[in-house]
Amino acid sequence: MFEASELNLRNKRTESLYRTLFLVMTLLLILPVLLILGTLIVKGASAISWEFLFGYPKDGMTAGGIFPALVGTIWLVSVALLVSVPLGVAAAIYLNEYAGENWFTRIINLAIINLAGVPSIVHALFGVGAFVIFFGFGTSILAASLTLAIMTLPVVIVSTRESLRAVPMAFREACWNMGATRWQTIRRVVLPNAVPGILTGVILEVSRTTGETAPIMFTGAAFFLPFLPESVFDQTMALSLHLFVVSTQVPNVPENLPYGVALVLIGMVLLMNSLSIALRMYLRGKKKW
Amino acid sequence: MNTHADQKHAIRTRGLNLWYGDFQALFDVNLGIERGLITSMIGPSGCGKSTFLRSVNRINERLGYVRIEGRIDVLDQNVYDPTVELVQVRKQVGMVFQRPNPLPISIRDNVIFGHRVHNKGKKASAAEEDEIVEQALRQVLLWDKVKDRLKHKGTELSLEEQQKLCIARLLPVKPEVLLMDEPCSALDPKGTEAVEELIWELKGKYTILIVTHNMAQARRASEKCIFMLLGKVVEYGDTDALFLTPKESQTADYIEGRYG
Repeated sequence: MFEASELNLRNKRTESLYRTLFLVMTLLLILPVLLILGTLIVKGASAISWEFLFGYPKDGMTAGGIFPALVGTIWLVSVALLVSVPLGVAAAIYLNEYAGENWFTRIINLAIINLAGVPSIVHALFGVGAFVIFFGFGTSILAASLTLAIMTLPVVIVSTRESLRAVPMAFREACWNMGATRWQTIRRVVLPNAVPGILTGVILEVSRTTGETAPIMFTGAAFFLPFLPESVFDQTMALSLHLFVVSTQVPNVPENLPYGVALVLIGMVLLMNSLSIALRMYLRGKKKW
Repeated sequence: MNTHADQKHAIRTRGLNLWYGDFQALFDVNLGIERGLITSMIGPSGCGKSTFLRSVNRINERLGYVRIEGRIDVLDQNVYDPTVELVQVRKQVGMVFQRPNPLPISIRDNVIFGHRVHNKGKKASAAEEDEIVEQALRQVLLWDKVKDRLKHKGTELSLEEQQKLCIARLLPVKPEVLLMDEPCSALDPKGTEAVEELIWELKGKYTILIVTHNMAQARRASEKCIFMLLGKVVEYGDTDALFLTPKESQTADYIEGRYG
């Protein structure tokens, strides 16, 4: 009575076929990641050394280290963060906590989405026009970081707004009904609970900014500099641009050197990402409601 | 403004009509809620009882599409008057929600939150704050249970304790009116009993208006009772009288469970 009919069996075969198909697709997805990492480690690991990380480039960049580029990237990312985080968080607070649902906020939302979709090379050209020339910052860390900041602003706004949205409405209502103003509510209840999410967004932004090349190559990153930047008005080397330079622009570079640079770059990004995941897990575990 | 002060009523409405967009939720409501008494509002879902409650402290208007005609006097002053400062209204009129909503901060901070908000600039000393916290928690019969864990989060308490905490945090700013929107519907029978006991305990000190689905609760825990139907007040009187000898047939039908 309960044995499988011909139709049941056919359905089952189709079922397992599709299941396998989707599984294979998923596995195909992670294959590139593994291949990239594998190649970098195999070909680049031999380049990594103390001197590589903390030394200056030598012999027309065919030998030596990447220290100025490493330091430069940290400068660029830090200054970009100093600009984009306050701006982005403030905008997100306005949009989520103050603004109503009307044509004005819809236009702002549209603008943010579009800003996120602008190609990085266009941001670069904007940066040249606005910061390098119009504001007269010249090719400098400041100009490059501002360009990066504008480019990553949508990420900060969206992730901050999501974490603000995740704070239950009941908390706000409770505060308002005790006579607290919006700002008192935001400062004492909403923000403290949104911080984990905001931090996660910020770290993801860091990891993205670290790897960007186009926005900085015309605005502040230099081909080669034998010294470290001393202020935001200096030019600087950067890891991402350095990778581009040693792999395409300089003759007679030993094969493992570009791979080594790439490995350091991707190592920084992965480190940031895992930090963000760990932080999120830690803070989520602490949260109770 | 009134020429004669109305000492008897904490809340007084005149010709109150309320619309959500095109839908009229309240029809010409004229009610006087007496000071110091516990008044319950009963009626089937959608009868307007929560709407009424939420228009007293003006929490309704946040929805944006609400339109109101008539007036609601709280402590003899129309809260819809343009000169009224909402923060002051909220100070006098505390609200307890259906779902306990303590803030995700410590028990102590929960209780002192309202006080801090309303006393900015002149910060109370830690000792003063301790005093305020203890008094409020004692009033809601929670002090003995939580005095050793004031630093724990308010959200870690049981639902019943959370609801009591939500009542406690209203008290330090010395409100005149407490609005309670189905304060026990998220609680189990034991918790319900405890919170009802507490409401009874607060009798006389505050004017309490409770909206409830639970007729037995209205009967147990209130002195006056209002029965509403389809946005209109059908009957209003002493709770015992309303349940034992209702004047209106609609009231009788409802409390006997013929509809609702």
